Amino acid sequence: MGELSAIERIKAASRGLRGTIVDGLADPITGALHEDDAQLLKLHGSYQQDDRDVREERRLQKLEPAYSFMIRTRLPGGVCTPKQWLALDAIARRYANGSLRLTTRQAFQLHGVVKRELKATMAAINQTLIDTIAACGDVNRNVMASVLVVESAAHEQVQLWARRLSEHLLPRSRAYHEIWLDGARLEDTPGAMPEKEPILGRTYLPRKFKCGMAIPPSNDIDVFSQDLGFIAIIEDGALRGFNVSVGGGLGATHGEPATYPRLGDVIGFLTPDQLLRVAEAVVTTQRDFGDRSNRKHARLKYTIDTRGLEWFVGEVQRRAGLTLEPARAFHFASSGDQFGWRTSADGLDHLLLRIPSGRIADREGAPWLSGLQSIAQLHTGDFRITPNQNLLIARVAPGQRAPIDALVREHALDLHERASPVRRDALACVALPTCPLAMAEAERYLPRLLALVEERLAAHGLSKAPLLMRISGCPNGCSRPYLAEIGLIGKAPGRYNLHLGSDAQGRRLNVLYRENLDEATIVELLDGLFAKYAAERLEQERFGDYLWRSKHLPLRATA
Amino acid sequence: MSHALRQSHLPEAEWRSELDRLTLSLDAAALNWISGYTAALARERGGAYGRSEHRPQELAPGFGEAEASLGTQARATVLYGSQTGHGRRLAEQLGDAAARAGLAVRVQSALDYNPRELATESVLFIVMSTHGDGDPPDEARAFVDFLHGRRAPKLGKLAYSVLALGDSSYPKYCEAGRLIDERLVALGGRRLSARVDCDVDYERAAGAWLSEAVIGASAELGVAAIGSARVRALTPLSAVSSDPTRQHPLEVEVIANQLITGRGSLRAVHHLELALPAGRLDYHPGDALGIVHENPPETVERVLELTGLDGHAPVSFDGRELPLHSWLRSERELTRLTRPFIDAHRSRAASGIAQMTALDIPQTWQVADLLKSVPAQWTAAELVVALRALSPRLYSIASSRSSVEDEAHITVAALDYSNDGERRFGSASRYLATHGEDSRLQVYIERNKRFRLPADRSRDVIMIGPGTGVAPFRGFVQERAATAASGRNWLFFGARQMDRDFLYQTEWQQALKQGALHRLDVAFSRDQAERIYVQQRMREQGAQLFHWLESGAYLYVCGDAANMASDVHAALLQIVGHHGGLTPEDAVAYLNTLMGERRYVRDVY
Ligand code: SRM
Ligand SMILES: Cc1cc2nc3c(=O)[nH]c(=O)nc-3n(C[C@H](O)[C@H](O)[C@H](O)COP(=O)(O)OP(=O)(O)OC[C@H]3O[C@@H](n4cnc5c(N)ncnc54)[C@H](O)[C@@H]3O)c2cc1C
Ligand SMILES: Cc1cc2nc3c(=O)[nH]c(=O)nc-3n(C[C@H](O)[C@H](O)[C@H](O)COP(=O)(O)O)c2cc1C
Ligand code: SF4
Repeated sequence: MGELSAIERIKAASRGLRGTIVDGLADPITGALHEDDAQLLKLHGSYQQDDRDVREERRLQKLEPAYSFMIRTRLPGGVCTPKQWLALDAIARRYANGSLRLTTRQAFQLHGVVKRELKATMAAINQTLIDTIAACGDVNRNVMASVLVVESAAHEQVQLWARRLSEHLLPRSRAYHEIWLDGARLEDTPGAMPEKEPILGRTYLPRKFKCGMAIPPSNDIDVFSQDLGFIAIIEDGALRGFNVSVGGGLGATHGEPATYPRLGDVIGFLTPDQLLRVAEAVVTTQRDFGDRSNRKHARLKYTIDTRGLEWFVGEVQRRAGLTLEPARAFHFASSGDQFGWRTSADGLDHLLLRIPSGRIADREGAPWLSGLQSIAQLHTGDFRITPNQNLLIARVAPGQRAPIDALVREHALDLHERASPVRRDALACVALPTCPLAMAEAERYLPRLLALVEERLAAHGLSKAPLLMRISGCPNGCSRPYLAEIGLIGKAPGRYNLHLGSDAQGRRLNVLYRENLDEATIVELLDGLFAKYAAERLEQERFGDYLWRSKHLPLRATA
Repeated sequence: MSHALRQSHLPEAEWRSELDRLTLSLDAAALNWISGYTAALARERGGAYGRSEHRPQELAPGFGEAEASLGTQARATVLYGSQTGHGRRLAEQLGDAAARAGLAVRVQSALDYNPRELATESVLFIVMSTHGDGDPPDEARAFVDFLHGRRAPKLGKLAYSVLALGDSSYPKYCEAGRLIDERLVALGGRRLSARVDCDVDYERAAGAWLSEAVIGASAELGVAAIGSARVRALTPLSAVSSDPTRQHPLEVEVIANQLITGRGSLRAVHHLELALPAGRLDYHPGDALGIVHENPPETVERVLELTGLDGHAPVSFDGRELPLHSWLRSERELTRLTRPFIDAHRSRAASGIAQMTALDIPQTWQVADLLKSVPAQWTAAELVVALRALSPRLYSIASSRSSVEDEAHITVAALDYSNDGERRFGSASRYLATHGEDSRLQVYIERNKRFRLPADRSRDVIMIGPGTGVAPFRGFVQERAATAASGRNWLFFGARQMDRDFLYQTEWQQALKQGALHRLDVAFSRDQAERIYVQQRMREQGAQLFHWLESGAYLYVCGDAANMASDVHAALLQIVGHHGGLTPEDAVAYLNTLMGERRYVRDVY
């Protein structure tokens, strides 16, 4: 292992994630934090960003970049109450840019909070009993869980395990309370040392770490993209346990073949009581063996590929003090969401709404933020953010269906009824203007791209065909584009790599088809393939499967 | 002229108007020459105004602030209180002319004058401008305080005259000069000639006062005849120096014009970089750049529209013939309303609204606003005469030559507002805002010798410059870095919103990092519920600030005169009072002493 990466040194010197954040917050000369603190801040659930649309303009104006902070909540399984929703709505209007952003990991993001209001915003979020601890940074991230609701009892148990797992793997540092919630300061207690971190360790994990729980037949969480995935095994309506998948991860870097998306390997089955022990063993193994010198090689997937799966499973079982049972059979049907009203076994109703790119704001003709605010004011169940950036209004009380339907219609929230299949299922990451890593547009570009694709589909009579398209502004792949039938990955402004051919169930990665394409070429290439697909497809055959079968795809792994 | 003078039996008013007519088209330099010439004539003819006997005396050169030492010989004193240098130059011209007329004369800034000497003066001239809200210039504050205070002496012996500089677009027109004039009379002084109040196009009126002052002083002091050769040797002042002036500006190229307030800002502030021809326009940080500008075309258009006059109509005035629109575009003020114009307009307006006085008119009104709300008939020629001559505007230089070499930078807040739904521009600031790269400007340097970094580079400096007031301090900090000054630099800056109005933010950040700036305290008034301004930050740092002052720091204030300067002054009084344990009177004295030592200087506008 080489020299420690810069971030490792920052974490080590941070006195339990404190750094000089407090001083930086008070510095009135800049809207930014000290450079090292901006790294630490991630572990508190916030990213320092700047409005990239005006970056160059402001440089000329002798003004620093328009810094602001993105705050990400920790929201295991994506569940929140209407009261929490209303509080976040108010925070979005008061402190952020007037929008709530539902993420691909079932959390909320607030964008555009300025430094001098960061503390107040964090405190306000915490007042809702939602926190942001470890929502970002080299820790265990938001724990995902399928939002499927039909077999309600077992599903609620999976939700419960997601919450427990999230709590179990949280950092122990009180820095968060100290800085944001005016907890007693470490410095004020003579001789006090930064808290011990029994699971994560003093320098936390080598890299981000992601867990999620899928409930077959839904693979909405894309369980094989998680570092540590759990596939719920429900028999006769009861949760028996989970198959365990390790080593998933999607992020890659253009032009660096040593980086790649990887699907997790299923290594066995465990019973619920073994879950925390095994998860902890996976985390500590990665903590101790993950690459701390090269961040591009630090995710669990590389640790496993470097040392071998067999070694890894052995180490985990040793640390957990158990042997995993053989994996049980399971079946995934789709990674998409089931839109509209559904009724669960307990007789409650649930409405799944389409939220394009998860962005909830009040826009001309689409006052979604206000619409959902109105719904939250009368709703007595809960809300669940789906892994596809959509929103489930869950556990609707009898008699509330009609008023909710009316509000949905009144606020144009009925996209799930109006949009074409490709538009309903598409995902886009945030990208410009806030994401510092974006190479091309994604969220802002998706509507235009969809219109072009819809037009081509219509030209070939494919308007009704299901099609999973995902776009990311860079190869980090936050919209999980490597698992889409059509994946677009930003390369430069207006240029994308085109990936094709996943199974839309999260079990087969797509492959790189062509690189560095402009819009016209993308549309032209798709148009040609749609034509063939329309002519040659088998009944019920999806586009991705067709491309494989018809050998339109190069036989090489995706890059 | 000799004819007019010979008719000295004429009533004074008549020969005066005759004289005015004859001197109408002469510039200040020519008038100066004449003043020397006529003074000599007066002596030759035996001093018709003479009260004291005339004795032959040596010529005492009275240039600048040098004092002519003439033993017990009676002499004239010229005192000036000047902020932007106009008054100082006029005072120097008077000294020059008086010396050449053979008078013993000294010219002094009110700052350097010991007011106790007043009791012994026999002939005193005062050139005093008005600033702030009817205040005297900083350098005259202590003098004025003394004059109005209990210790002011009886002035039975004193003959004096006051030249008041001002701007009739301000409500308290020439207030400082007027108050001094009234006070001197109250103390027993005798007016040698009536006070003259000058508007910003002061040349003509000031020239007349100057001539009369020389004549009056000669008569008063009884100066002997002096060789006509000497009188003729008088050379116009402006020809002595090759520096460009407002009459003879220099053309420079704009090499950058960058908006430096961010999106959403309520103010458009531009940073301009000008290329100076090598070797011309040598300036020092603290100096200002004079800009010869034109009115915005929209403004001219609107005035033509409202008067119904034809822009192409030729108008002769001041010996020149130009089409009306050219007069309005580049010769006359359209954006600042003056008293004479308001009076002239009122006299033309329908009777019902003729009661309106200058005081009823909002400060932000321009000529177009008056024309619009009070309709009146104007002819092209009358309009041109009634409007004041367009005067150049000043902008603090925001750079140091030791850092930017043959460039000068300025920081311009472009006035752009609306009156009654109509867009209004500030004349010069709009002109500058719309002058892009590669365009050209006519400029000159307006020196400000008061506003200088300490010669002793180990002294600390405190700079208070909210808004565009920060401009000269950019030059200061550049200069201090380039000269490796060992003293510390502390800047107070304020504006509305940090994210969009923090002028030169990245440069200050850089300067802090590099140690060129040691402290930076900022107040952004609109970034929180309560309004916070620089004076609050000063109070918060009061102990430190007082400590710096006690250790010899220089303190500079630049920017808004309307509120900021007085609020900052009040904060300083509080700070030195509180941290120095001083009574209010002693705090005033403390600051006056600082001002006297030129360690507390202001450049406010
Ligand atoms: C909001 C979100 C996308 C969305 O449109 O919903 C998102 C947004 C960002 N991701 Fe992500 N990621 C999001 C899900 C993902 C996923 C999908 C998933 O986890 O299911 C992935 C791929 C899976 C994986 O991790 O391999 C993902 C892989 C990355 C990576 C690449 C990691 C890698 O190992 O290579 C980065 C960059 C990094 O970590 O260095 C990244 C970094 C980022 C940052 C924070 C950029 C940064 O580091 O400064 C983006 C913030 C943009 C903004 O302005 O909001 N994000 N990111 C998702 C938030 C999830 C959450 O609530 O926690
Ligand atoms: C020594 C000195 C240094 C200076 N340095 C600078 C400098 O560094 N930067 C700088 O920008 N200026 C500076 N000024 C001010 C500058 O000289 C001009 O006065 C200023 O730019 C306005 O001139 P203008 O011709 O654009 O507006 P004008 O045409 O003179 O004014 C137009 C009208 O706007 C009104 N008005 C004035 N201010 C406002 C306002 N805030 N809101 C609404 N109406 C208003 C006036 O009453 C007038 O009716 C300095 C002045 C002095 C004396
Ligand atoms: C900030 C500022 C405030 C002024 N306030 C007044 C005023 O209240 N009354 C007035 O008659 N003139 C006022 N003037 C005009 C000046 O007195 C006038 O420009 C004069 O020519 C300046 O002379 P000086 O350069 O000797 O100071 C003001 C000028 C400035 C720059
Ligand atoms: S995929 Fe890239 S561009 Fe998109 S949000 Fe993630 S890091 Fe940013």
